[in-house]
Amino acid sequence: MSQDLTKNTKVSSQSSKIRTEEMILNMGPQHPSTHGVLRLELGLEGEIVTKVIPHIGYLHRCFEKHCEAMTYPQVVPYTDRMDYLASMGNEFGYAVAMEKLLGIEVPQRVEYIRVIMAELQRIASHLVALGTYGADIGAFTPFLFCFIDREKILHLFEITCGARLLYNYIWVGGLSHDIHPDFVRKTREFIKEFRPNLKEINDLLTHNRIFIDRTANVGVLPIETAINFGVSGPNLRGSGMKWDIRRDDPYSVYSKLDFDIPVGKGTYGTTGDSWDRYFVRVLEMEESCKIIEQALDQLPEGDVTSAIPKRIKPNVGHVYGRVENPRGELGYFIVSDGSTSPYRVKVRPPSFVTLQIMDEICKGYMVADVVTILGSLDIVLGEIDR
Amino acid sequence: MGFLDKEFNDGNIVITTAEDIMNWARLSSLWQVSFGLACCAIEMMATSASHYDFDRFGVIPRPSPRQADIIIISGTVTLKMATRIKRLYEQMPEPKYIISMGSCANCGGPYWEHGYHVLKGIDRVIPVDVYVPGCPPRPEALLEGLLKLQEKIRNESMIKKSA
Amino acid sequence: MKKAEEIFQLLKDNFPDQNLELKTDQPTEPVILIAPDEIEKISLFLYKNTELLFDSLVLLSGVDEVKANLISVYYHIESTSLKHKIVLKVSTDRNNPEVVSVTSVWKGADWHEREAYDMFGIKFTNHPDLRRILMPYDWEAGYPLRKDYENPEFYQGMKVPY
Repeated sequence: MSQDLTKNTKVSSQSSKIRTEEMILNMGPQHPSTHGVLRLELGLEGEIVTKVIPHIGYLHRCFEKHCEAMTYPQVVPYTDRMDYLASMGNEFGYAVAMEKLLGIEVPQRVEYIRVIMAELQRIASHLVALGTYGADIGAFTPFLFCFIDREKILHLFEITCGARLLYNYIWVGGLSHDIHPDFVRKTREFIKEFRPNLKEINDLLTHNRIFIDRTANVGVLPIETAINFGVSGPNLRGSGMKWDIRRDDPYSVYSKLDFDIPVGKGTYGTTGDSWDRYFVRVLEMEESCKIIEQALDQLPEGDVTSAIPKRIKPNVGHVYGRVENPRGELGYFIVSDGSTSPYRVKVRPPSFVTLQIMDEICKGYMVADVVTILGSLDIVLGEIDR
Repeated sequence: MGFLDKEFNDGNIVITTAEDIMNWARLSSLWQVSFGLACCAIEMMATSASHYDFDRFGVIPRPSPRQADIIIISGTVTLKMATRIKRLYEQMPEPKYIISMGSCANCGGPYWEHGYHVLKGIDRVIPVDVYVPGCPPRPEALLEGLLKLQEKIRNESMIKKSA
Repeated sequence: MKKAEEIFQLLKDNFPDQNLELKTDQPTEPVILIAPDEIEKISLFLYKNTELLFDSLVLLSGVDEVKANLISVYYHIESTSLKHKIVLKVSTDRNNPEVVSVTSVWKGADWHEREAYDMFGIKFTNHPDLRRILMPYDWEAGYPLRKDYENPEFYQGMKVPY
C-alpha cells in the first residue's frame, strides 16, 4: 500500500509539472509520542517519509564515568536508572556479569527469587509498552487498564524491598533482603487475577479492527537485516526467529524451567510487521506467568545474604555477561584492574541497537506510520543514552 | 469548594474578591505540558492513571506548551536538553508555573559528582515554584507538591508581583 | 560449535602473514589480538566463511589503557546459527588512535563506532558518518571517558560543576 502511494505522487508531479522539494520535519525532543527525549529528523516528500535520522544524547547521564569512580556494590543503584522500566533486569545483568568475573556461586533460593522478580518485571514492562502503544495509536482506555495491573505488581515489589520503581534489590552475590512472608501467597493471587485481565486487553486492542489496520504490514523487518544490525528480544522474535538468551545462553535457573518462545507468524499481515512485534509481547506475558508459577512451586529454603562478599576485589581481566531484558539482550562488559572499583564498564543496551534500524524500516510509509513503528520497537531513552 | 456550598444556599449570588475568584479559577484547572524526561516521568504517568488520578485536580495533559499552564520537569536535565527546556518555558503563556520533580531536577540528583553532562538543578536555567524531593517521588508526593502549588496560587495577588 | 583455539587456527591458516595472537590467560574469555588496519578484512572472512558464519556483532567498546599508552577496541561477535562466539581486540596508539571501520560487514557497528569516537576520540576510517552521538555536536572540551579528561567550567552560559 505504501509503495503504491509513492508511485502515484511521482506520476502526478511529472504530469502537472509541480516542482516538489523534500521537506525536513522535526519531531522534537518534546513530543507526546516519542517515548522520551528523542529527536527524529524526518525527510518528507508530501506525506511519504524518505529518510529518518534519529538524534539522541538528550538524556546522557554519564553512567560509565560514574562506574569508574564508585566501588563495585555502589554501581548497582546506577544500573537501575538506565532502563527505568525494567530495573530488576538491569541489576540482574550486572550481578550475572560480576558473579562470572568473581567465580562465585549463589544459593538456589537467591536464583529462584531473582527469576521471579525478573519475570514480574517483564510483565510490568510489557504492560507499559502495550498501554503507551495503544495511547500512541489513539486508544486511551487500554493505557488505564494496563496501569491498574501494573500497580498490583509494583505493590508486590514494594512489600519486598520498599521501592516502587528503582529497587537496589539484586546485589552482587545475593539479595538485599529476603522476601516478605506474604509474598508467595500474594503473587499467586495476582497471577490468578491477571490471566482474565490479559484476555480483556486482548479483546480491547489486539484483535480490534482499527488497530489491525494501523499496524499490520507497517514497518516490516526482515530477519537478515535484524541479525546484521544486532537486534534482539521481541523485535527479533517478531520477525520469526527463535532467539532468546534464556534458552540459547542460559543463566541462573532458566534451564530448569519449562517455557515456550513465542515468535511472529504474520497472522494479519507480513511476518515481522508491527502487529507481530506487539503480539509477541502479549504472548510473552503469558509465558512469564507460567515461569513464575513454576518458580514459586520449586522455591527452596535458604539464606539470601550468605554469599555476598564483604569486599569485592576481582582479579585483573574482563568479562561479558548478558541477560534477556524485556527489550532485548542487555550486556555488561566489565574490565577490572584488580582494585575495588571497576576500570571500565560498558553497557550494551538493546534499544540503542534497535533504534538504528528506524531509517531502514520507515522508508516509504506515511508520517503517522512513523509513530506506529517507533511504538512497536519499544525503546527507552534512559538506556540508549545511559 | 467551601464558599460555593455556603453561597449558593441563598439565591445564586456569590460575593467574593476578584483576586479570590481569579486564583480559584487558575488553581482548579492547571493544564500541564506532557513532558517527561526520565524515570520520574513514569511515576508522573502512574499519577495520571486511575490509581492516583491527576484528573480530579483538573490537571490534564496538553501536547503543546502554548496551551498549558504548568510544566512538570520530571527527570534528569542534561546540558543538551537545557536549552530546549528554556525554549519550551518561553513558549508558555503567562501565568505559568513550574514544578521540579525528583532530585535530579532539584539539584542534579545521584549524578551531582561526576556528571559532566548533567545540569545540577533546573533552577540554574528557569525559575521554579515547587520542589518535590524523592528518587523517584511517590505519586502521593507529587500530589502533595501539586497541592502546595495550589496553595501558593491561592495566596497570589494581582497587584503585587511575586518574585 | 567451535572453540576459540579452532577459530584461531582457521584464522592463522587463512591469514598467514598477519601477526595474530591468542590470549587465554584472562579469567573468563580468550581474546584474539589483531592489528588495527586489518580488522576489516578479517571481519569479512569471519562473516563469510561457512564454518564460522559470525553474522552478529554483539558489542564494540573502547577501553583507555593509560599505563600501556594505548587505546583498545574490543569486538564481541557471535554466530546465531552455529552458536559460537569470540572476542577480538585491536590496540592503537593513544595520541592518534585510528582503526578501520567494520560497518561494511555488520551494519550495526555504525552507532557503536560513533559512540567510541565520541567518548575516546578513536577515528574510524571509511565510516559513513563519523560525528558525535551522545554529547552535543559543538562540545569542544575533549573526549569524556578518557582518564585524563577535565570538566569545562561553563557550557553555553550554564555552570557545569556542582
